[in-house]
Amino acid sequence: MSTASTEISGHSYAHGPGRHDPHLAHHFDTPEQQFTSAKLGMWIFLGTEILMFGGLFCAYSIYRHNHPLVFKFAAEAYLSTKWGAINTVILITSSLTMAWGVRAAQLNQKKLLIICLVLTLMGAAGFLVVKTIEYSAKLDEHVWVGLWNKYNGDNDASYATPPPEQPTTRPMVQIPAPAYSPVAMADDANIGQDVSQIKPRFNDSFSQSIRKQPPRTESDQKPSGEEQVGERYKQLSASDQWHVNTFFSCYFLMTGLHGIHVIVGMGLISWILMRTLRNDFSSEYFTPVDLVGLYWHLVDLIWIFLFPLLYLIH
Amino acid sequence: MSLTHSNDIPAPVADDAGPNAPHGVHAVPRRTLAGVYGLLILFTVITVAVSKVDLGQANIWAALLIAVIKGGLVTMYFMHLRWDSPFNGLILITALFFVSLFVGLALLDSHSYEPQMKPTPMYIKTR
Repeated sequence: MSTASTEISGHSYAHGPGRHDPHLAHHFDTPEQQFTSAKLGMWIFLGTEILMFGGLFCAYSIYRHNHPLVFKFAAEAYLSTKWGAINTVILITSSLTMAWGVRAAQLNQKKLLIICLVLTLMGAAGFLVVKTIEYSAKLDEHVWVGLWNKYNGDNDASYATPPPEQPTTRPMVQIPAPAYSPVAMADDANIGQDVSQIKPRFNDSFSQSIRKQPPRTESDQKPSGEEQVGERYKQLSASDQWHVNTFFSCYFLMTGLHGIHVIVGMGLISWILMRTLRNDFSSEYFTPVDLVGLYWHLVDLIWIFLFPLLYLIH
Repeated sequence: MSLTHSNDIPAPVADDAGPNAPHGVHAVPRRTLAGVYGLLILFTVITVAVSKVDLGQANIWAALLIAVIKGGLVTMYFMHLRWDSPFNGLILITALFFVSLFVGLALLDSHSYEPQMKPTPMYIKTR
């Protein structure tokens, strides 16, 4: 078809008598052209999403490459393969229902589309429930990001011993303690001691909860899971001990950014669901369903890589 | 005229789409969706099983290979790339290429500055 005839037919398609398509924007020739353009734009957006996650994957790669034992220790001690696998299955299933929903929209199957969207939403919610269980277990163990991680060497309550390269002489001049801190400088000798003995520097409620370790009871005869973790932690080199909290920074940033995408996806799917109930979509116009579907599959795609990289470290 | 399907090639309409299938719309067949889902679950089981076997350095590569296969299934079938204009796939490949360039080049020299990445605890900085 020549350019001229395309333009004429496109023009008549948009404005000709009886053929007006309410969804066709003025600057597109045909609904197909509009659909492929929208899809192209969505793919460019998905490309930038991959690049954004690429930064986190880069940080992950460098730290895992340089501290493989840290990643093995932290993943085996704190990440549950069971929950990770369950979440993988949940996300893949919700991806299936989303793809099936797009198919239903294309074939004018409104009831099926609604069922598929509701199932996808339930999958997303289930994923977040599992993630909440995992996150709160880590919060209970005091492994979170930054100073809220008991392995962070900057935290007074840290388990980490200072690396041998560090000078251990006392300072010549005592610098006054900052206002926020009753005891600004921990004694070098304090590092590695029982955490309950260390004087507080950060006095927020979280630091207090770290210091309030429950007293040992008589029933703790055989080594608990926590003690086994402690034993394995002591086998790490001093330098590796200082990098354990880096794993958790990677873990929480990667799964956290992914979790934000899941929440955004839930909002988008709810929006699609509302528009479906409003009879907005048909086989003539299903672009938003298709594009939200693409977004949801990307969320699944990223988790497909996060799961083996974080949970299945051998 | 359609940009997705030229006139010479018949538009691939789902074989089980039924009489309601509108012209020019490609719906992924039910059997394909179910088959891809089954494969994705199967590969999830395989990747968990492989991680329990000690393959040394090969473990990470096996995990990545399986993830790439799963990702390929998701993009090709769920995300419709197999039937789309190749340009959409090109965008995906370009993004992946630049991510691998980013990660690869960053990994190349990470050993050279790693010794300087000693932990600097706060109490030493305040001296």
